[in-house]
Amino acid sequence: MKLDRPDLTSSSSASMPSAHGAASAHGGHGALSGAALVPSLQPGISLNRKDFTSDQEVRWCPGCGDYAILATMQGFLPELGLRRENIVFVSGIGCSSRFPYYLDTYGLHSIHGRAPSIATGLVTARPDLSVWVITGDGDALSIGGNHLIHALRRNVNLTILLFNNEIYGLTKGQYSPTSRQGKVTKSSPLGSVDTPFNPVSLALGAEATFVARTMDSDRAHLSATLRAAAAHRGSALVEIYQNCPIFNDGAFEVLKDRTEAEARIFHLVDGEPVAAGDQVVVRDDMGHLRVVARDDADSDRIVIHDPSSEDTSLAFALSRLSESTLSHVPMGVFRKVNRPAYDDLVRAQVDAAVNQAGGPASDADLDALLAGRDTWIVGG
Amino acid sequence: MSKPVQQLDRVVIRFAGDSGDGMQLTGDRFTSDSAFHGNDLATLPNFPAEIRAPQGTLPGVSSFQLHFADHDVLTPGDEPDVLVAMNPAALKANLRDVPRGATIIVDTDEFSRRNLGKVGYAVSPLEDGTLESFHVHALPLTSMTVDALANYDLSRKDKERAKNMFALGLLSWLYTRPLEATEGFLRSKFATKPEILAANITALHAGVHYGETTEDFAHTYKIAPAVMAPGRYRNVTGNTALAYGLVAGAHQANLALLLGSYPITPASDILHVLSGLKRFGVTTVQAEDEIAGVGIALGASFGGALGVTTTSGPGLALKAETIGLAVSLELPLVVVDVQRGGPSTGLPTKTEQADLLQALFGRNGESPVPVIAPQSPVDCFDAAIEAVRIATAYRTPVILLSDGYLANGSEPWRLPHVDDLPDLTVDFATEPNGTDPDGKPVFHPYLRDPETLARAWAIPGTPGLEHRIGGIEKADVTGVISYDPDNHQRMTDLRDAKVKGIAATIPPIEVDDPTGDARVLVLGWGSTYGPIYAASRVVRRHGMSVARAHLRHLNPFPSNLGEVLRSYDRVIVPEMNLGQLAMLLRAAYLVDITSYTAVRGLPFTAGELADVITEAVLASNPARHSAATEAQK
Ligand SMILES: Cc1ncc(C[n+]2csc(CCOP(=O)(O)OP(=O)(O)O)c2C)c(N)n1
Ligand code: SF4
Ligand SMILES: [Mg+2]
Repeated sequence: MKLDRPDLTSSSSASMPSAHGAASAHGGHGALSGAALVPSLQPGISLNRKDFTSDQEVRWCPGCGDYAILATMQGFLPELGLRRENIVFVSGIGCSSRFPYYLDTYGLHSIHGRAPSIATGLVTARPDLSVWVITGDGDALSIGGNHLIHALRRNVNLTILLFNNEIYGLTKGQYSPTSRQGKVTKSSPLGSVDTPFNPVSLALGAEATFVARTMDSDRAHLSATLRAAAAHRGSALVEIYQNCPIFNDGAFEVLKDRTEAEARIFHLVDGEPVAAGDQVVVRDDMGHLRVVARDDADSDRIVIHDPSSEDTSLAFALSRLSESTLSHVPMGVFRKVNRPAYDDLVRAQVDAAVNQAGGPASDADLDALLAGRDTWIVGG
Repeated sequence: MSKPVQQLDRVVIRFAGDSGDGMQLTGDRFTSDSAFHGNDLATLPNFPAEIRAPQGTLPGVSSFQLHFADHDVLTPGDEPDVLVAMNPAALKANLRDVPRGATIIVDTDEFSRRNLGKVGYAVSPLEDGTLESFHVHALPLTSMTVDALANYDLSRKDKERAKNMFALGLLSWLYTRPLEATEGFLRSKFATKPEILAANITALHAGVHYGETTEDFAHTYKIAPAVMAPGRYRNVTGNTALAYGLVAGAHQANLALLLGSYPITPASDILHVLSGLKRFGVTTVQAEDEIAGVGIALGASFGGALGVTTTSGPGLALKAETIGLAVSLELPLVVVDVQRGGPSTGLPTKTEQADLLQALFGRNGESPVPVIAPQSPVDCFDAAIEAVRIATAYRTPVILLSDGYLANGSEPWRLPHVDDLPDLTVDFATEPNGTDPDGKPVFHPYLRDPETLARAWAIPGTPGLEHRIGGIEKADVTGVISYDPDNHQRMTDLRDAKVKGIAATIPPIEVDDPTGDARVLVLGWGSTYGPIYAASRVVRRHGMSVARAHLRHLNPFPSNLGEVLRSYDRVIVPEMNLGQLAMLLRAAYLVDITSYTAVRGLPFTAGELADVITEAVLASNPARHSAATEAQK
């Protein structure tokens, strides 16, 4: 038997040494990035947006927010400096899940809700791949809710982009698990009575190590968020507010108007006060978060953002500031902590067992396994 | 003092007791010792779904039946010659299976008024004549064990717990089994508990000594080693053999094995075994549910590993949509269904063959999947390798249908040599295989091998072959999304033809018809192999001719199957369902089938099948009737 995994050592990447075993065995790997084991481009070679654009005609409705996200992604991917063939997009079903077809990388458009599981198997088998999951609010939070929370809790090394348009787009406009209460849709003519999920709160509750929120139309912020997510080793969940002009137009409109946005979007910046325009977030006597005018705020009480805090309570409280009116919307990285990635730990156990046994199993090793300990000979 | 020895050719022993009495362990040990002695054997563990039902009750009874002989054994035996009943519940639950004249050994210490009451015995069956027609050995096994351990610094409870070793010692003496292997087993099991170890070994020997000294047993028995093909042997259960077959298949394919699985009886042992084989490069992911389990496996296959998922019927139902995706993606995937009684939760610890139609048709759309079934515990190894072969060579999901009887049953295994296993090396695509309209070299993921119709398989990480695939219908050759009506027809036909074409690489079905003049064929699949074969022998011994054949491939069928079916007056198909294979055969070949079915959670007995076959043979040729009756006289 030869190698049971692709030979990673042939890569030119500087970050290539058999780091995953060592790093995960010791638990901490602050320095190991999301793509640490993925081969980089040869020196002197760089790719551009066109290299990542497939020959398939994009088929979203005119004005769909998915176009903006795709364009940002095509512009961002070259920045990673990874080999194109080592990037994989895995999606479920929905308008958003068509995304992989438009990127000239490897891609797998799977079935409704199951992309996190499929991607878990892929990245566990292949540490040399940068694996991205593309999913929608229905895909990730209805049918695939179970897979999402388990991928997050395990901390599988995946970057999960959740396109949240608060509607089922592909099936033509039913309410989704993120639709606001009272939402009138084809399947809720009198208004939805469901209490929606807040994807950021849900992810934090599911032990996610990286959780962020961004928006389709804010190219710079989206790029920066993708950058941070890609650098994270473990599951990175990015909620992307995405407009569906056909079935839920304007769901995030107030965040797109410059002056409105200034008052509503609280940018989460590590080490900075959580603020929007002239408002800041403070902690009151009870420990609850409140939004107050900056001038009225007691400076000791102003919340300074700390995404790397082990304690999830601040990130969670920030996630609860969002209301259906979108009057206070934190954007950016809520949480980013280091915890060994599931797939690294799994591979470390396998690698240790293989190394301890002196290398990959030979035919003789397999013969010995089959024989076990209690054998007898029948003469002849 | 040695007693006279009587020679026997075969014995069926059933150990029965409370779930907490260690009957499975006792049976396992007796099995290993008998295998070691050179007997051929087959076993049937039978245990409740509850881990510990209330002590002493009927639902809490656990049993282990072992058939060992000086000739080749095909089934765990229809009826026990010896029943060891550790309490009244065990006696009551098993008595109806025990033929008159058989031996019954009971632990009288457990026949208290309270324990008798728990199972509705007003009077002890040891005293009211119930057991008149049996050879009964009523022995105080518990108190003899406790007495033998008088000098041990252990609680009474711990001492009582060794009574299964006392019983094992007694039976080992009775059937002249060696004890060394069991002693070795105990030494490793209780390596960190020297006092318990010593007590168990003492109890084991106390059982032997009791047999030697008591007048209760007049003689011992010998069962000579069976004549078996020369080689190195071990004993193995179906689940272990299946797990090893998967590892061997991956080894021969030079692929890393990645299992995604969610625990479910009776399949969990495969997950357990594979979890312990990391040294063989095996990765196991215990998923959050069965859908995730198969998704994880399929994702690994997309990455160029051998993705495997293991489950039972309820889990197969959950995996259906993902198996359909694998059909569409045309990627290798091995799905193991260890069938149990259904529908719904059904009978989790009992056996059945009622998932055949689910395996074949339990998906949306035209979604052909190859299906294969092992015929015996040992055969699970070869069947798993065959599943890997088909999955990798044809880029398709394959369903392997084992069942609860094969999973937990065991038999001696003549060890294969890895050298002799087939080479299953996979060809990954590494170069473009086509050109685009501008003449530029490109990769066409759905360009097929003209012979197998398997598509080109390029894995991520291969430069220049980047491509996107999914569950939406794909254009022939290029694999891009296509809603074109003619293309869908073509792709549906191609997927169908690919699976049908597998028949070219599977051996024709062989018919066993020693006299060559049989008019009745018995055709089975899966775990009914043993009982059907044993029943055929019984029938033949009575001077009648019957032909026998067994299907390993349920989809596609071997190419000669129709011809074989049509060459008999009558075809009997025994199945542990309501006639699923029979229905398939009628539909595929327009032949009449005599369907014989039962779903009692237990394998067929050879006796019941012999009756069914005899009736058919006599009906098919009345002239023979007199000859047969003549022969029986
Ligand atoms: C098993 C299954 N059930 C239902 C569907 C139908 N379906 C396709 S997409 C979808 C909802 C998609 O909503 P979302 O994930 O929010 O994606 P969007 O289209 O809004 O991007 C549904 C219900 C399906 N394809 N498969
Ligand atoms: S339905 Fe909505 S989400 Fe889907 S493509 Fe059209 S605009 Fe985009
Ligand atoms: Mg949506």
